[in-house]
Amino acid sequence: MKGIIGKKIGMTSVFTPDGKQTPCTIIEAGPCTVTQVKTQSTDGYNATQIAFGDRKEKHSNSALNKHFAKANTAAKKFVKEFRDYSIEKNLGDAITVDIFSEGEKVDIVGTSKGKGFQGVVKRHGFHGVGEQSHGQHDRQRAPGSIGNSSDASRVFKGMRMAGRMGTDRVKIKGLKVIKIFPEKNYILVNGSVPGHNGSIVLIQK
Amino acid sequence: MNPAVQFVHDQLTGQKEFPKFKAGDNVTVNYKIIEGGKERIQSFRGDVIKRQGSGNTASFTVRKISDSVGVERTFPLFSPNIDSIELNKSGRVRRSKLYFLRGRSGKSARIKEKRMATVAGE
Repeated sequence: MKGIIGKKIGMTSVFTPDGKQTPCTIIEAGPCTVTQVKTQSTDGYNATQIAFGDRKEKHSNSALNKHFAKANTAAKKFVKEFRDYSIEKNLGDAITVDIFSEGEKVDIVGTSKGKGFQGVVKRHGFHGVGEQSHGQHDRQRAPGSIGNSSDASRVFKGMRMAGRMGTDRVKIKGLKVIKIFPEKNYILVNGSVPGHNGSIVLIQK
Repeated sequence: MNPAVQFVHDQLTGQKEFPKFKAGDNVTVNYKIIEGGKERIQSFRGDVIKRQGSGNTASFTVRKISDSVGVERTFPLFSPNIDSIELNKSGRVRRSKLYFLRGRSGKSARIKEKRMATVAGE
């Protein structure tokens, strides 16, 4: 696996040479710093921990500050770990968008936008009642029956109902890298990615 | 616009010079089509009924009456398939989206031409 932490900037579209308009998302990814290298012998598994985004030292706690000092880097905002990092990186090394190339397929992990308390039609894709007449009154988006009567006499666990929707960890697989601007740390991927503008996303492969 | 989005536009969009046009104007759009592996230019002349979007994603819609049937085509403004745009007439209209033209035909579907004031002595 290889990966980098980035910030979603926004969406736009680009044209392919044959004139097709392609939607794409701009992500400002890295530069990240390697803050810890975990190995099988010392930690029981192989992983690389990387950090992204600066913050003031007074806003980060002293345990983290000392952790960052080991990697000889300033206080960082976001820290993430990637298992079995495929590129050899040592403590304190920088990771930039160069680890990806144009045309590569990547996975994007983010936190989806919060939708609040939603009904079953939006949240689970129920079809609703489907018609307004024939005695439906105001039940067009109701869930319908949630179980049987005397046999069972209870509602099964995991029954899909209304509730809080969104702010879930979502992974979008196989998005194509359209363009990379190493001097600006921008990476353009095809299509949309989870979350609002400015939210943190992981780009990994 | 977000400076990052602007930067990407500047890097990836071919800079083209088009005449300034808006809804109500009569334009000819010359666009490239590929027919049997060959490229040729076809033109579409009509009234602009809307302009939409900003930056790289901007588009406009042209409406014309062809064989007494209304035809509309939407073009992305910065599409590489657009060869050129000619401004034939600028129209005097009072709104930016001329959807009301869809319900009209004949004389009432015409757009008055805008008369520009000219400076004496020119």
